[in-house]
Amino acid sequence: MLLSANLNTYLVVALFLLVLGFYGVIQHRTFIGMLISAELILNGAGLNFMAFNKFLAPDPAVGQVFTLFIMGIAAAEAAIAVSVIIAVYRKYNTSDPDEVHDLHG
Amino acid sequence: MNLYQYIAEALFFAFILLTFSGGLLAVRSRILMHAVLGLAVSLLGVAGLYYFLGSPFLAMMQILIYVGAVCIMIVFGIMVGYTPTEVVSRGIKGKNLVLALGACISTFLLLLVALNRATWIPAAVHRGDFSLAYLGKSLLYQYCLAFELISVVLLTAIIGAIILAQDKEGGHF
Repeated sequence: MLLSANLNTYLVVALFLLVLGFYGVIQHRTFIGMLISAELILNGAGLNFMAFNKFLAPDPAVGQVFTLFIMGIAAAEAAIAVSVIIAVYRKYNTSDPDEVHDLHG
Repeated sequence: MNLYQYIAEALFFAFILLTFSGGLLAVRSRILMHAVLGLAVSLLGVAGLYYFLGSPFLAMMQILIYVGAVCIMIVFGIMVGYTPTEVVSRGIKGKNLVLALGACISTFLLLLVALNRATWIPAAVHRGDFSLAYLGKSLLYQYCLAFELISVVLLTAIIGAIILAQDKEGGHF
């Protein structure tokens, strides 16, 4: 059986993207790096929707609409996150997540 | 299996390789610009996989929205706060690195086992097809709410981003 016609192949690729995104969120020490890793996780979710849409769903429009929805959410999320990062950078003059705090102690 | 199927299968593996290597670059890179480049490469690979999943339209949208818009926005975010080629510190070391790797690998293995044990049952009745005309029709009739909702969300996000990034004292950006 062809690997490209097998549901599990796509699910494993999506799983790899999810775990990679997790690891990136944990290990990046910058806000932008965390945002990049979060985009990887969102893409894994989109790939999952498309895979289930192709192999299992009764209506092939459902998964495509939902993946488009995820793309829109990701674009909105990136816009908000970048502007929050700019605001934080302006207030604290740093982009290290460990140094962004108000309480000392 | 004829020659064309071999070529298609090789392309499929090339896209998977693109996805994996781009993701690794995005996660492991010490320079943020390289991380964004890795993200773009990874998203291109996923766009190729969308093509294999029967939706060229979604593949094009992936390239347009993700590679075209989101990555550029992140690049802007980098250029506001960092020197683009600045080496940002590698982050976690020692015990934390072991814990992070352990958590991620155990999540991977757990979900892999769950995936292997699952049995998927395809839907009994199918309707519609993978054509762009059918997708457009469903987007404007059956899934009209999702279509309108995403417009409102994007509008709100744009206004919110402008307000958040505004300089409170000077009143300019």
